Amino acid sequence: MKTTKSLRTLSAALAVAASSAAVGSSHDSVEVTLLTDNSPNSVAVFNALEAAFEQTHDNIDINVETRAGGTEGDNIVRTRLATGTMPDLFFYNSGSLLQALNPSRTLIDLSDEPFMERVSPSFQSVVSDGKGGVYGVPGEAGMGGGILYNRKVYEELGLEIPRTWEEFMANNEAISETDVAPVLGSFGATWTSQIFFLADFYNVLQQDPDFAEEFTAGNIEMSENDAILKSFGRIQDVYEAGYFNEDFASATYEDALRMLAMGEGAHYPMLTFAVTALLESYPDAVEDLGFFSVPGDSADANGLTVWMPGSIYLSQSSEEPEAAKVFLDFVASQEGCEVIVDTIGASGPFLIETCGLPDDVPQPVSDMLVYLQDSSRNAPALEFLSPLKGPSLEQILIEIGSGIRDAESGAELYQRDVRRQARQLGLDGWN
Amino acid sequence: MFSTRRLIISVVAFAGALVFFVVPFIFIALTAVKTKQEASLLQLTWPTETQLWQNLVAVIEARDFMMIQAFINSAIITVGSVTLIVLFSAMVGFVLNRRKTSWNKMIMFLVLSGLMIPPAIVPTIWLLQQLGIFRTLHSMVLVEVAYNISFGILLYRAFFSTIPRELDEAAIMDGAGPVTLFFKVMLPLLKPVTVTNIVVLSVIIFNDFVHPLYYLPGDDNVTIQLTLYNFQSMFNTSYNLLFMNVLVITVPMLIVFLIFNRQIVSGMTSGALKG
Amino acid sequence: MTLFGRRTALANQSRPLNLQSYYPLWFYVPAGVIYGLMFLLPTFASLYFSLTRWTLFNQEFIGFENFVEFFNEPFLLKGLVNTFIFGFSTSAGKVIVGMGLAVLLTSNIYMRGLLRSVVFFPVLVSTIGIGITFNVLMDPQDGVINAALAIVGIDGPHWLTSPKMAIYSVALVEIWRGVGLATLILIAGLMAIPDDFYEAARLDGASAWHQFWRITVPLSRPAIATVLTLSLIDGLRTFDLVWAMTRGGPGFSSDVLASVIYKQYQAGFYGLSTAGNVILFMVIALVALPIVAFLNREER
Repeated sequence: MKTTKSLRTLSAALAVAASSAAVGSSHDSVEVTLLTDNSPNSVAVFNALEAAFEQTHDNIDINVETRAGGTEGDNIVRTRLATGTMPDLFFYNSGSLLQALNPSRTLIDLSDEPFMERVSPSFQSVVSDGKGGVYGVPGEAGMGGGILYNRKVYEELGLEIPRTWEEFMANNEAISETDVAPVLGSFGATWTSQIFFLADFYNVLQQDPDFAEEFTAGNIEMSENDAILKSFGRIQDVYEAGYFNEDFASATYEDALRMLAMGEGAHYPMLTFAVTALLESYPDAVEDLGFFSVPGDSADANGLTVWMPGSIYLSQSSEEPEAAKVFLDFVASQEGCEVIVDTIGASGPFLIETCGLPDDVPQPVSDMLVYLQDSSRNAPALEFLSPLKGPSLEQILIEIGSGIRDAESGAELYQRDVRRQARQLGLDGWN
Repeated sequence: MFSTRRLIISVVAFAGALVFFVVPFIFIALTAVKTKQEASLLQLTWPTETQLWQNLVAVIEARDFMMIQAFINSAIITVGSVTLIVLFSAMVGFVLNRRKTSWNKMIMFLVLSGLMIPPAIVPTIWLLQQLGIFRTLHSMVLVEVAYNISFGILLYRAFFSTIPRELDEAAIMDGAGPVTLFFKVMLPLLKPVTVTNIVVLSVIIFNDFVHPLYYLPGDDNVTIQLTLYNFQSMFNTSYNLLFMNVLVITVPMLIVFLIFNRQIVSGMTSGALKG
Repeated sequence: MTLFGRRTALANQSRPLNLQSYYPLWFYVPAGVIYGLMFLLPTFASLYFSLTRWTLFNQEFIGFENFVEFFNEPFLLKGLVNTFIFGFSTSAGKVIVGMGLAVLLTSNIYMRGLLRSVVFFPVLVSTIGIGITFNVLMDPQDGVINAALAIVGIDGPHWLTSPKMAIYSVALVEIWRGVGLATLILIAGLMAIPDDFYEAARLDGASAWHQFWRITVPLSRPAIATVLTLSLIDGLRTFDLVWAMTRGGPGFSSDVLASVIYKQYQAGFYGLSTAGNVILFMVIALVALPIVAFLNREER
């Protein structure tokens, strides 16, 4: 492999030019810029963290910049890293998306920083490069992927929390006889189509414990793998039974949350971080909601697929890495966690060991915490076990979930998608 | 009898224009003054509660008055690049139309290439870095000139063919050199197409979203279209503010258009293009 | 008839021998320098980059592998078909609707100036803004358009969420967005036609329809050619509006070439994406150049 050296040298030269320009306007304090996605939660959290931090640190100015979210945001993050224009700190996913940033070449290794001792090892493993470098501090709470449901609907119909997929579909059948939509789809926000599939990964691991390693090594043909085919089939089952809300193809994330909160829909496959958005828009309805994991084949092996929080990284192009580390130290402290809870509520466990959760967490969050107490009842999502996540997954799942193609051909298509990515990453076994 | 017909056609045309071209704008305007909850219903209804001022202030104040900075940046980029394009493309269009050489085919090919070839984003960033002008407003001006000059050239070339050569000949007989011929004789005649060019290019460049996104990263360099990102986020959407933002960033182009609109019409009706 | 006479007169005029030096080649230089540097150079660089596996920091020469990969992309064909549908339907739509509007807006109707402005309004709004607006208007359940259709008893289609419909819906919006500019250019073309042609035709007793086809259309040919050229090329490389409205969806059903390329770019496959750019350029060159050359052929 060849490196684009000119790119690096030039950006270095650029950085020098920029810093010499900064000398002209000398400040008493250092400015540290942080780039976050523009979701209201992230913006609120980082503005609150900024305010709390600056109260105790006169000499460091934090400056929060925003970027688009979604795949657009991935693109911005990559381009800015590649061109050496990333601000000091940025908030971004952990797991496979981090791997695509080539962390050892673009980010500053934090493994020797004292504050990393407070960051839980399970989190460190998803922000590391596998070669000893650890690059991030969690910037939000951990979360589970599964099904948010309306408890009032369950009460009225006398339903029980399903522990198998069959029971889940039976509940849907019962709900479909009322005006309530059994399952909420929100393909208007394409990313939401993935949750059924991704959150089913605990079940895949029950059937095939080595799936992640074999998948990364290119030894799995998804259209022939029973376990993963079932995951692809979840959304197809729901579509074919007609359980989706009428406007599933155009509804947005906000629409689905509204329908869930108002009791117009019973189930919404989603990550638990949605609780913060629900708390903001429908604070009174949150206690009527609950959460359970995507049920699998067997009631005995019922567990939760877990998402690691997004992380704050320190770019190698930073001009003030030491000041930036002071901020990271602050975020990775109990004080930092408290600021987050005060700003957007408690949506899940913090991966910082000195941080606890308040006693009165919202109902869906406490439903999720049950799974986390027993280590055999939870497992990380695939994107935290493998660097591979094909970029077209959400479109493929929308096609399966709209009857354009079936699970098997979707799996075939996703195989190609992943292969293309693996070849770009230069992984062995995919040629 | 004739005027009845005229009236009917006028009324039908007006009604059609209202439905097809005005209703979407009414929708934008109404949604922009609604509350967040009411806006999220997406209906074309009169707002039960108007908060024009509140939404406007929210949009302008957002992210430390980012909108103001964005206006300044966009204005610099737009004015700078439109000025250069108008001047340079008129020069090219002039020679291209008047002088038949073996270069013409090649130049037309390049002009059309400029319209057809999708710009190579990452190589361009790489180049701007090499030149040491990445993330500067003047590099953005140069990029916009390069991407849009083909359009200007095409329009000018087409309109030069409507200016009779007798005019050139007369000017040359009077002793005009090439520079005088172009700047003193031709440019004034081009006023109608120049107005068209200014309006269209201003709109294209002011409304450019993708290129500033890549060539001008960073909040200091934010342009007007990027402010839309403030309110269109992946996880939560405030439609009232989003549409207020659309409204606010449309106003400058509306003003440019209204200023030049009369000149476009009068320029055309004055007969400068006839014959 | 008149036209013919005029031409002969022009052709018979004698010209000075050497006018060439009054049209100096250095007029090309300022435009040429900026264009060459900011556009041509990166484009040529991309020809090289398209032969590499180019991710964030690594770059490796791999020959034509990207092109092979791209042609194995199952949705390339879909994107190609959609690109043609979009390019041809929008340019045809803009010329037809634009010509109708141009004739209407050069006739002696009331409020002509106001209507001209109104038709041009959509051109003033950013594509992203239009995409956001029409996404909302075209919502199949709550959208204003289907609500209006429901009033007259029509069950509105699923504009953007039906796999078959989506690309046509975006094309409709593109026509709406771009027709103002087309109309403007066509109006300029129509106004350049001397009134005496129409007078002569009226004296000959030609109907309005006849005048339109025999005078208006042939004599506004340069304007029509300009509109077609611009909208065909714009349509073939269209990206912003498709992206703002459907992101190529539902699934992959409204993907056009440019959105397929952009997705590769977003995924960080820069080499692959650059190869796609080269393919797009070749497609446009193969389709558009002959048509453009035909439209712009000199008629002297």
